[in-house]
Amino acid sequence: MNVNLIEIMSLPFMQRALLGALITGLIAPSLGIYLVQRRMSLIGDGIGHIALTGVGVGLLTGTSPVLTAIIVSTLGAVAVELIRERGRTSGDIALAILFYGGIAGGVFLVGLAPGKGSANLTSYLFGSLLTTSTTDLVTIAILGACVLAVTVGLRPWLFAICQDEEYAKVSGLPVRALNLLLAVMTAVTVTVAMRSVGLLLVSALMVVPVAAAQLVSRGFGGTMTLAMLGGVISAGSGILVSAGYDTAPGATIVLAAIALFILVAAVGAALRRRRRADIGPAAVCDPPECVLDS
Amino acid sequence: MNPPVLEIKHGAVAYDRPVLRDVNLTVRSGEVVAVLGANGSGKSTMIRAGLGLVPLAEGQVELFGVALRRFRNWQRIGYVPQRLGAGGGVPATVGEVVSSGRLARRGFPGLLRAGDRQAVAKALAAVDLTDRAHDPVASLSGGQQQRTLIARALAGEPDLLVLDEPTAGVDAKSQEAFAQALRDFVRHGGTVLLVAHELGPLQPVITRAVVVHDGVIAHDGAVPHPTGHHAEPGHDHVHPHAPQDPPSIWGRE
Repeated sequence: MNVNLIEIMSLPFMQRALLGALITGLIAPSLGIYLVQRRMSLIGDGIGHIALTGVGVGLLTGTSPVLTAIIVSTLGAVAVELIRERGRTSGDIALAILFYGGIAGGVFLVGLAPGKGSANLTSYLFGSLLTTSTTDLVTIAILGACVLAVTVGLRPWLFAICQDEEYAKVSGLPVRALNLLLAVMTAVTVTVAMRSVGLLLVSALMVVPVAAAQLVSRGFGGTMTLAMLGGVISAGSGILVSAGYDTAPGATIVLAAIALFILVAAVGAALRRRRRADIGPAAVCDPPECVLDS
Repeated sequence: MNPPVLEIKHGAVAYDRPVLRDVNLTVRSGEVVAVLGANGSGKSTMIRAGLGLVPLAEGQVELFGVALRRFRNWQRIGYVPQRLGAGGGVPATVGEVVSSGRLARRGFPGLLRAGDRQAVAKALAAVDLTDRAHDPVASLSGGQQQRTLIARALAGEPDLLVLDEPTAGVDAKSQEAFAQALRDFVRHGGTVLLVAHELGPLQPVITRAVVVHDGVIAHDGAVPHPTGHHAEPGHDHVHPHAPQDPPSIWGRE
């Protein structure tokens, strides 16, 4: 299989697929970490649903589905942000309507589009890395650079608004503008990842590497670095495995990320067990820090 | 008379029902003002309105002599909320949380400069958490988390500290560390506005007390002294139900 794999990876379309996947693996966790920090891990999934309506609009009108997906998912992400800002309980229902409306709208519009069958829909739902053209790759790279500039460049601000929004307000940060910027970047990331893992699996690449990194990291900066590394490793190994076994690249990448999570969890648990055994049982429990006054 | 640093004029706040009615509060430079009152009296709402976190239905707020709407000098204010924000989905170290206290001074975010790092180290030392800087905040006790939030506010080197129930549910050691940090802050010319349910070791530092009852200011002046069983040492001040009738912070007397 080794020679075979090298042969396959020397094909230009496989190299484009690999590059596209690596870029997605790098940027998705860098954005996803803020969603996880806010305990809104599934929002990426919802925005992915909404983006499908954008794809439908693109296919129906004959414009680039990537462009229309960005526009529609940006509108959707801003709507989600406005619902979150209000903080109403009914917001939960509003999100459900928005997300399922998005995916139903997409399927409906694709059906109306002339000569576009369900095969086309599948490529947006589950990714179509192997058909990545050079133009696609350039688009992915430019959008990816925009996302990274925001998620890494504005990290102290975004960390502050996701950690404690009221404190950020009293620090004089432009909280509303930053929230909207984060929403727009979520939409852009979803659209970029639509190509590689597909709209239904986008959220996995935003969340799973972050979850794996958290198992071993102590701080936010460390989690972010490790999550981005984990995303790149998952994307790279996923592409290689899918090339070797001829499986769907998007699904393989997501399974690789989950395998990485399980591996990190197992190694982490083993290390903790060994450390505990080294220290002995007496040190397991710290003396109480806080004693109740009578 | 020192210039006012925080002023609420005829402030009114209403959610479903009125929470604050025609409240007037002036905090002058160098003062240490405690806002006291029962649960649900509106004391937290009052200071949150003073920072623009709660919109006023009527009245005005001025910070350092500037109307809230036009106020931009946020680095002069250090805010300590009741508890750590909801953004706990990802671990953050004590150092990272305290460093965000520098944001109001830093402008566009870049790397921390030497001055920033120094201020963070000083703030950590002031609340006695230097050795925990690299630990995740989630691994700290409630009192240590509260001290982290105070260090975050101190790191911005503010002129006015606004604290929302800084000692609620905090162990004795943390209360002492907090009182010491506050004394140092005041000695260097700082102004303090804090909400409290009980004063504990803070009492000697307070220069003025404002008692909020049922949405209005019921007392503004000297710190009221506890009477009856409230004055007993070790009295644990707990209201199972916030009293509605007596306009006193010490409950029924």
